[in-house]
Amino acid sequence: MSSETKQILTTDGIPLEVSLKKAEKKNKIKAFLLVAPLLLFLIITYVFPIGEMFSRSIDDKMITNMLPKTFKEMEKWDGQELPSEEVFAAFYYDFKVLVEKQEHGKLGQRLNKEKNGFNSITKKLFRQVKRKKIDETISIKEQVMRVHKRWRNVEYWQAIKRTAPPYTMSKYLKGIDMYYAADGSITQVDEDRRIHRILWLRTLEIAFFVTLFCFLMGYPIAHLLATLPMKYSNLLMICVLLPFWTSLLVRTASWMILLQQQGVVNDFFVMIGLVSDDNRPEMMYNKVGTYVAMTQILLPFMVLPLYSVMKTISPSLMRAGKSLGGTPFVAFWKVYFPLTIPGIGAGCLLVFILAIGYYITPALVGGASGTLISNQIAFHMKQTLDWSFASAMGLMLLSGVLVIYWIYNKLVGVDNIKLG
Amino acid sequence: MALPSYTETRYRIWHYIYIAICTFVFFFLIAPLFVIFPLSFNAEEFLVFSEGMKNLDPDAFSLRWYKDMIYGTKNPWGLAAKNSFIIAIFATIGSIILGTLAALGLSSRHMPYKGIIMATLISPMIVPLIISGVAIFFFMAKVGLAATHTGIVLAHIILGTPFVVITVTATLSGFDHSVTRAAASLGSNPVNTFMKITLPLILPGVISGGLFAFVTSFDEVVVVLFLAGLENTTIPIQMWTGLREQLSPTILAVATCLIILSTLILISAELLRRRSERLRGINR
Repeated sequence: MSSETKQILTTDGIPLEVSLKKAEKKNKIKAFLLVAPLLLFLIITYVFPIGEMFSRSIDDKMITNMLPKTFKEMEKWDGQELPSEEVFAAFYYDFKVLVEKQEHGKLGQRLNKEKNGFNSITKKLFRQVKRKKIDETISIKEQVMRVHKRWRNVEYWQAIKRTAPPYTMSKYLKGIDMYYAADGSITQVDEDRRIHRILWLRTLEIAFFVTLFCFLMGYPIAHLLATLPMKYSNLLMICVLLPFWTSLLVRTASWMILLQQQGVVNDFFVMIGLVSDDNRPEMMYNKVGTYVAMTQILLPFMVLPLYSVMKTISPSLMRAGKSLGGTPFVAFWKVYFPLTIPGIGAGCLLVFILAIGYYITPALVGGASGTLISNQIAFHMKQTLDWSFASAMGLMLLSGVLVIYWIYNKLVGVDNIKLG
Repeated sequence: MALPSYTETRYRIWHYIYIAICTFVFFFLIAPLFVIFPLSFNAEEFLVFSEGMKNLDPDAFSLRWYKDMIYGTKNPWGLAAKNSFIIAIFATIGSIILGTLAALGLSSRHMPYKGIIMATLISPMIVPLIISGVAIFFFMAKVGLAATHTGIVLAHIILGTPFVVITVTATLSGFDHSVTRAAASLGSNPVNTFMKITLPLILPGVISGGLFAFVTSFDEVVVVLFLAGLENTTIPIQMWTGLREQLSPTILAVATCLIILSTLILISAELLRRRSERLRGINR
C-alpha cells in the first residue's frame, strides 16, 4: 500500500496536509502582523538607540578622521624613537587642513586628555601655521621641533599614535577606574581617585540590602494578606496598593518631611527619649535616607508577587503538615516556605532590578554618600556632557540587569509577571 | 485571626509578634502618605508641624498653599498640569492601541518566536529608566523631537506599552477562543468579531493596562528630565525641581491632589480587576 492512497484530500482536492500548512502559515502571518506595529516601533525608537549607545561608547573616530595622513605614515614607525620626517610632514599637512576648517582646537583638547600639555603646543603650532612661518620646501621635522620642545619629546608622538584606532575601550576602563597607560598597558588609577568602583559597590550593596529589607518586611504581610478572609484582606490590600499607585515623587517628598532633622521621626525619637533634642541625628542626605525611602517605595513590588503565589497555596497543606506531627514551625519550613519560593524569586529579582537602576530617590534623599551609579550617569549626561562615558556606564549597568533578567526569565518566566 | 484555644503559649507569643510585625509594616507603608495631608494646610512656610498645629489651633491651618498652587504667579503648576494631562492621555491612547494589538497577536498559539518577542516588548519595563532615558534622548535628538510634546508622548508610549501588553495578555489567557470562531462561523468579519465579541470581554484588562500606562506617564520624571524643554514642563518635573531647590508647602498641596488622584485610580483599577475576574469566571 503506497502512501498516496492514504492521503486525505480536502473537498477541493488539495491534500489536507498542504491545506493545513497553508492555514497555519496564514495564521502565523496574521498573529505576527498584530505584533508588528509595536515591535517595529520599539525597535526603531528603543532597541536601535540602545545599540547606538554602544557605538557611541566605543567611538573614537574623531582623531582618526582628523589625522588620516599621519596615522598612515605612523604605521611604519616603530614607536620607540622620534618619528621620521615623513610622519612630521604628514602631521603638518593634516594640521594645516584642520586649521583651515578651524578644528585644531578640538584636536588639542582631545589630545590633551590623552597626555597633558598638548593643548598649549598645538596652539603654538597653530600660530606658526597661521602666519605661514613654516617653509614647506625644507625639512618640516626640524621646523615643527623648533616650535616647542615637547614636539621633540617622543612621548607626545606615542600619545598621538595611541589615538589612532577608531574604537576604544577606554570609556569602559574609566568606568571601573582604569586607563591605558603611556605604554598601552591597562593600569589602575590612583587609589584616592577610584570613585567609580566605590559607586558600583555601593549600588550593589544598596540594591542587595533594599531587596533583603523588602523581603523581610514583605513576606509576613503577604502571608497575612493571603490567609486573612477576603473582606479584611481587601481592606489591608489598599495599604499596599495605594503607595504603589501614588507618584514616586510624592512618596519621596513625604520621606523628606519625615526624615529631616526637625521632622516627625526625629520628633518621635526625642519624645520617647531615644535622642536628646539638641542632638538629633541626620537621617536624610545619607545612606539611611536612601535605605528607608527605597524600601518603602519598592515594598509593593515584593508583596504583590509573593501574595499572588501564596494565594494559590491551599491552607489544608499546612494542616496536613501539622496533623502528620510537625510543629507549626516545621510545617511552615518544610511545607509552606518551599511552595513560596517562586514568589520569593520573582519579588526579589523585581526589587533588585528596580533598585539597581534607581535614580530619583537617591538623588533627592541620598546626599553624597547615598548616590548610586544612575546618578553618575545622569551627571555625565547633563553636567559634563561626556555622553560616550554615560553610554558606557549605562551599558555596563544594563548588562548586569540583563543577566538578572535572564535568570528571572529562566526561573519565573516574563509572562508570569502579575500586576496587582 | 483568632487562635484555637489549645494553642501553646510559645506559639501564642509568636503569633502576637507576627501580628505586631505586620502592623508595623502596614504602618510603614501607608503612614508616610498621611504626613503630607495635614502639612499641606500649614499656615506657615516651614515643612514641620508647628506648635499651633500640634494643639489643633484653627489659626495654624490655612488654604494659602492651595491658593498659591492655583493662582501663584511664580509657579507654573497650571501649565505643568495641562502638559501632564495632555501627554498622559495621548501616551495612554497610543499604548492601548499598540499594546492591545500586540497582546492579541502574542496570545495566538500560532505566534512564532513568542519568547524573544515578548521579552523585547517587556524590556522597557525591565531596563533601568536612566538607560531608557539616555537611549530615547539620543533617538529624539537625532530625529529632532527633543523638547517637543510629540517626543515625550512617544517616549511614554515606549514605557507604557509593556503594562498594556502584560495586563491584556493576562486577560486573554482565560479567553475562550471558541466564541470568536462561533462568531466567524455565523458570518461575522474579523473586525466586527473583535469589536462585538473580543473587545467587550477583554475591556477590563485593556482599561487597567491603560490605567498603568496613564500613571506611568503621569509620574514619569527620569526620561522627561532628558527630553523636556521649558515649554514641556510636567507636574513631576516641577515637583523634582521644587524638591531639589526650595521645599515649599505648595509642593505638599500638589502632592495631596496627586494622592487623591491616585486613590481614584486605585479604586477604578480594583473595580476593573474584580469585574475582569468575574467575567473570566475566576471568582466564583
